[in-house]
Amino acid sequence: MGRYLIRRLLTAIPTLIAISFVIFAILDLAPSDPTGNLPLTIPPEVKQQIRESLGLGQPFHIRYLKWMQQFFITEPLNILEETTGITIGDSESRFRLRSWQTRGPVIDLIVERMPQTLWVVGLAYLVSVIIAIPLGVISAVKQYSWVDQAGTIFSMIGFSVPTFFTGLLAIIIFSVHLGWFPSFYDTTHQVTDWESFVFQIKQIILPVSVLALFQTATLNRFTRSSVLDNLPQDYVRTVRAKGFREYYVILVHVLRNSLIPVVTLVALGIPTIFGGAIITEQIFRINGLGALLIIAIQGSDIPVVQSLTFIFAVLIVLFNLIADVIYGFLDPRIHYN
Amino acid sequence: MKRNLFLFISATVALMLMAACGAAQPQPATESEPAPATEEAAPAAPAEPAEESAETTETEAEPAEEAAESAETMRGSGDTLNILYWQAASTLNPYLSGGTKDIEAASVILEPLARYDENGNMVPWLVEEIPTVENGGVAEDLTSITWKIKEGILWSDGTPFTAEDVKFSAEYCLNEEMGCNAVSYLTDVESVEVIDDLTAKINFGVPKPFPYGPFVGAEIPVLQKAQFEDCMGAKAQECTEQNFAPIGTGAYKVTDFKANDVVVYEINENYRDPDKPYFSQVIFKGGGDAAAAARSVLETGEMDYAWNLQIEPQILDSMAAAGKGKVVTAYGTSVERLMVNFTNPDPALGDLRSVWSEADPNPHPFLTDPVVRQALSMAIDREAIATQLYGAGGKPTCNVLPAPEVYASTANDGCLVQDIEGANALLDEAGIVDSDGDGIREKDGVPLQILYQTSTNSVRQSTQALVKQWWEQIGVGSELRNVDAGVFFGGDPSSPDTFQKFFADIEMYTNNFSGTDPESYMANWLCSEIPTPDNQWIGNNMPRWCNADYDALVAQMAETAGLEDRAELAKQMNDMLMQNFVMIPLVHRGDVSAHSVTLEGVRMNTWDSELWNIADWTRTEQ
Repeated sequence: MGRYLIRRLLTAIPTLIAISFVIFAILDLAPSDPTGNLPLTIPPEVKQQIRESLGLGQPFHIRYLKWMQQFFITEPLNILEETTGITIGDSESRFRLRSWQTRGPVIDLIVERMPQTLWVVGLAYLVSVIIAIPLGVISAVKQYSWVDQAGTIFSMIGFSVPTFFTGLLAIIIFSVHLGWFPSFYDTTHQVTDWESFVFQIKQIILPVSVLALFQTATLNRFTRSSVLDNLPQDYVRTVRAKGFREYYVILVHVLRNSLIPVVTLVALGIPTIFGGAIITEQIFRINGLGALLIIAIQGSDIPVVQSLTFIFAVLIVLFNLIADVIYGFLDPRIHYN
Repeated sequence: MKRNLFLFISATVALMLMAACGAAQPQPATESEPAPATEEAAPAAPAEPAEESAETTETEAEPAEEAAESAETMRGSGDTLNILYWQAASTLNPYLSGGTKDIEAASVILEPLARYDENGNMVPWLVEEIPTVENGGVAEDLTSITWKIKEGILWSDGTPFTAEDVKFSAEYCLNEEMGCNAVSYLTDVESVEVIDDLTAKINFGVPKPFPYGPFVGAEIPVLQKAQFEDCMGAKAQECTEQNFAPIGTGAYKVTDFKANDVVVYEINENYRDPDKPYFSQVIFKGGGDAAAAARSVLETGEMDYAWNLQIEPQILDSMAAAGKGKVVTAYGTSVERLMVNFTNPDPALGDLRSVWSEADPNPHPFLTDPVVRQALSMAIDREAIATQLYGAGGKPTCNVLPAPEVYASTANDGCLVQDIEGANALLDEAGIVDSDGDGIREKDGVPLQILYQTSTNSVRQSTQALVKQWWEQIGVGSELRNVDAGVFFGGDPSSPDTFQKFFADIEMYTNNFSGTDPESYMANWLCSEIPTPDNQWIGNNMPRWCNADYDALVAQMAETAGLEDRAELAKQMNDMLMQNFVMIPLVHRGDVSAHSVTLEGVRMNTWDSELWNIADWTRTEQ
């Protein structure tokens, strides 16, 4: 197991380097201009000066190597210094990776936005897992019952109605007409006492339910079909023949075997939590990573876009590996050598 | 057995659902929230928000001690002011900003020496008066301007504001490695001299008939020398701490800034007017889109002020009907216009497409005929475009220089009425008729078939569709084309689709000028401004129209100092452009914002920051 892990981690390195090159090259070749949003009244010579001050005058390979250095050496060192308080080398003059829009360090922006994304998207994910798996099991065990039918309709709606529609609908019903919840997320709010906690719950409910509706739908269908695949199998009949109670048969034997495809889906979905929910965050004005990405794309803030997409790539590679490891626990027949 | 399992699971699910709903229900208190703090403060709030600029407030504040006493109760007696800019602020250093949003967020903190009020008049802000030749502030030969700073102005850290700060701010921005975006306001500035602590003299390399570029208006405020001293040149990029929390002289200072999200301000205790500001806290929130921003002010009432609401007029009207907010518009200098190509964009010409040169003007086969251009203009119903597509954000115009009022000509107003019959008659008379019966007229055998391009934007595409239909009625065919705004305005010399290259017969976009002086704007149509391959297609004379008389007027304006004479010249140039139909103006575009009905004192301003008089804003009980 240990050797397997090391082998997988080592092969991940060239993969990630290749990914970083592709990301950098694509974004560099894309037609975009960080001065494009400046008003027409600013003369073209001034815009050229601004572009040069951002380092755009240098050739491609130099910028790529610089970015690599900043991303893999400078920023990890900074994070290390900030968390441990130890100063390593000349930390003052280190050339940090900066956003073109804010001129602030990219990592600071990401760190500032991570909590909101984890709260909203993570909570939505948790809610959807908690609802989807039991619902999927019931739907399968009681196939074609009213629970199954209702679950199917629910999934169909969640699956086919996009979040930019459900989000707006939720705002119009619950904020505009009923006035129950705020229509956007107050990012300066701090939870200090019971009342502020209630407010936090209120402002988080709409985005979380919109996101959870969508994710529950996917997971629910997967669980249902996976359980249905397992129910007619021989081992289930054997367990039943031994006289075990039905809930034991389902929860211990069927569910465990059915979880393998579901685990893949859940594990591969986790990086998307960090990626934020681009549309939902935009609608509810949550200052998460998804909103950061979209603002950076609109403003041609290439360093931020590069860093975010690369971090997502790292997470996807990592959670693929984690999913593979969990298979081993769920099904002892799977061995890694 | 099965039943047990089912019950167990469904009970868990039900419990969770109940918990989720239960937490939501407690009290639907959102709406009543802003009320309590306002109640006692409201009666004390003056109804008129200091109608006449800083001079009046100063004389009022001076005489009595009682005034100062009531002042103590006034400052900060309001609650939180919630401002929504759907494009969030990225930085609070206006010199490094990427657009209006950053400049306006910074304008709450940083102030220039003088500002523009809502009518485009200059108002002394941190200075005693506006320097002129008459009061001796501007040198006779127009090569210098001397600003006298008001006494007793403090930065928010308590240190005095001096002429050194003004000198520093100019040097900071003029540094070439910095990439300062306000550098065009400092054109021709040679040096800034510190005469004494409260007197700064700006020297120009050439005579400047309009010397009010440096430190007038929100784009070019004064920074504190002590704070930014170590941030010169390339280091400007790295001064995150300073760029995110500049020290200013404004009514508020930053307490929290989350880039691309939110700014929280609180009162600057060292603000010069002891009565102000009224609101104890300001939150400047970003994100979402224009429609959502309008909804937060007009429908839910969660926000007090929302900026830049260019949304469909029908939607805005229906939101405003909820009665929680007011839509306000201010008209600046933006005009949506059609540019007419005087050169031939025929692809068969290869490298000579749309290329003008003195030796070979490469004339367009039919658009060089003034009759055709006039007919194109007459066929357009500007009123319909303005009301149906722009609503509160636009009105029809016949001028390319529609404002400030002193510069606006009335000589061309005939174009406001659509005249298709007249246009047809004009073309018939000139012998430009449809000779082959295909519904399109020909001039010397060339059919009047127009390629009409603009940037991708739903309002622009709707305008194109309307115009196309009107032109059909006068026997002019058109093919519509739209290009992504990033490419169209991007100015990449290798792209064939930019507005500078103009590989089309007609193109449409909006242009304007900042500040209130049109000199440099009117110089856009000089012969030397024509974009050609020789100047990498950089230039503002898109129509490629070259006229020696016009060039002479531009030169004359550069030497004329009196405001009235300058206005006369500007009008003359505008009329020349309009009566030659070099451009066909369509809509005078305004800035649209909305504010809560409880918010008082908003004087919507397009010449400066919309938040220019935020110190005067108050809340009333409705």
